[in-house]
Amino acid sequence: MAGMTAVSRTARVPRTARRRPWGGVLVLLLAALYFLAPVAASLWFTVDDPAEGVTFGAYAKGLHDADMAAALGLSVRLGLATVALGLALMVPTMVVVALRLPGLRRVVEVLCMVPLIVPPVALVAGVSTVLSWEQDLADTPLWGTFQALHNKSFPLVLVLVYTVMSLPFLHRSLDAGLRAVDLRTLVEASRSLGASRLGTLCRVVVPNLRPAIVSGAVLSLAMVLGEFTVANVLGFEPFSVWMVHVGEYEAQLSVAAAMLSLLITWGLLLLLTNIAGGRTRGRLVRDRRKTTV
Amino acid sequence: MAVTSPAPARTGEDPAPAPAPAPAARRTRAARAGRWRWPAVVPYFAFMAVCFGLPACTLAYNAFTVVDPGTGASHYSLDNVRHSLSGAYATGLAGSVKLSLLSAVLATVLGTVIAQALLGTRSTALRKAVVSASGVFANFSGAPLAFAFIATLGTTGTVTRLLHLKATGFSLYTFTGLVLAYLYFMVPLMVVTVLPALDGVRAQWREAAASCGATRAQFWRHVGLPVLTPSLLGGAVLMFGTAFASHATAAVMTGSSVPLITIQIANALAGNVLVGQENLALAMSLNMVVIALLVMAVQIPLQRRSNRWLG
Repeated sequence: MAGMTAVSRTARVPRTARRRPWGGVLVLLLAALYFLAPVAASLWFTVDDPAEGVTFGAYAKGLHDADMAAALGLSVRLGLATVALGLALMVPTMVVVALRLPGLRRVVEVLCMVPLIVPPVALVAGVSTVLSWEQDLADTPLWGTFQALHNKSFPLVLVLVYTVMSLPFLHRSLDAGLRAVDLRTLVEASRSLGASRLGTLCRVVVPNLRPAIVSGAVLSLAMVLGEFTVANVLGFEPFSVWMVHVGEYEAQLSVAAAMLSLLITWGLLLLLTNIAGGRTRGRLVRDRRKTTV
Repeated sequence: MAVTSPAPARTGEDPAPAPAPAPAARRTRAARAGRWRWPAVVPYFAFMAVCFGLPACTLAYNAFTVVDPGTGASHYSLDNVRHSLSGAYATGLAGSVKLSLLSAVLATVLGTVIAQALLGTRSTALRKAVVSASGVFANFSGAPLAFAFIATLGTTGTVTRLLHLKATGFSLYTFTGLVLAYLYFMVPLMVVTVLPALDGVRAQWREAAASCGATRAQFWRHVGLPVLTPSLLGGAVLMFGTAFASHATAAVMTGSSVPLITIQIANALAGNVLVGQENLALAMSLNMVVIALLVMAVQIPLQRRSNRWLG
């Protein structure tokens, strides 16, 4: 089709057809310059010392920084907990709504998209007000819950807020995934063969939704790893907040950390295209691993 | 997908076609199905009520409440809203809207031009590379993006030193600098958003227009752009929302030297407000939600037209 169009266009309007790609190439080159220059300049910034010339001191320091390891570890744990909670809430809900409660489809869709209208900084304004009720609840059993919510070593409140913020990603990818499979037939086949409801969900529905689940999970994970506003306002120190704090006295180290976070995002999205690219390919890799072990 | 059904899809409620179940058994199963519908969705609605509904309602309620510093009693008042729309806070709100509008328009135009240039090359490999790179850059925002730009164009940034930009009076820590940084994640987002719509502009339309004697500019003016308008507007609304909500990039890059409402809310939450104005941050947040809602509302009536042509 594309070849045919190209031929017919060159035949009819040869001048525009010949001129057009060059404008496009120029646009793409300029875009490449704009997008690659900051990365190259930042990398140079991290290794260039005005006094000593090229040095990898910032990276060496980062590797031995205990605070950085702690902050990155906290970010990763928050990200995994967010993904786990988000999927545990969304997968059963969306499957049941698609199968049995079609009337709720719009409600769930709108509810999942509402966090897009309430910016993170507005959401955290509400959350911090709710958290400030703690003093009034000192005598009630709820006080313990509030203590657990903002435990410094693993702030549950961040997991809850991040889960709300990740709902749009999860909903969009799960919705696309559910549209792509004939869920009703799959579930009925599985149930008529004697599988339980939970067994059907875990062994039939989830494997069929795997690309959608992976894509929603990766996007949420990338969001949590880079999130700054909510954690900073509530006074916790995951990776991006640590990066800003350390930037006040060690510019090179924070830029190196920024490049690390670009690398992590890139790795995550690469993982996404490889895993979600094809179910069969994933299975092939798994089988191959099994035979080699 | 992998499991093909042996029988045509059944529409009934009862999943198991067991050999002629007794009426009583069928009734219990139906009842069980009815009972089993709800437990799966209850956790979701409970979670939304507690983790989103509660903060959102508190936000809306407290925005209209003032706590008397003397007695500690709270009463209904419009003072917060009035304060949040006057003086420095009004400047901040206007600054945010202006910044978001400008960067949304620029991102929409640049993203569309880049996506169209990409389609013009007709290279599948290039398209794949650009789409995956766009995915990475669209997710590269917040504090890391701010540091990348500080290292590039900041006072001691690599490019600043290389091109002696200081002599030209350029500073990253201004409105222009913020637009430049915001475009870094918004343009890729727009490229990814608009590509499917541009794919929908069929080559046959172009051929039909060309065989009627239309030039390329005429084709875009009378056919291409009208068909794409809803998608482009939808993209622009998404861009506006993204820019309007972002806080970290601006906070790290410029501190509070460029007045923006997100930074003012974060500052107010950190306690930098006068006594008696503790709920000011909530009123400002409410203003943000209202503006986001208004902008979203622009897009809804146009969606149907877009679906008709590009669906």
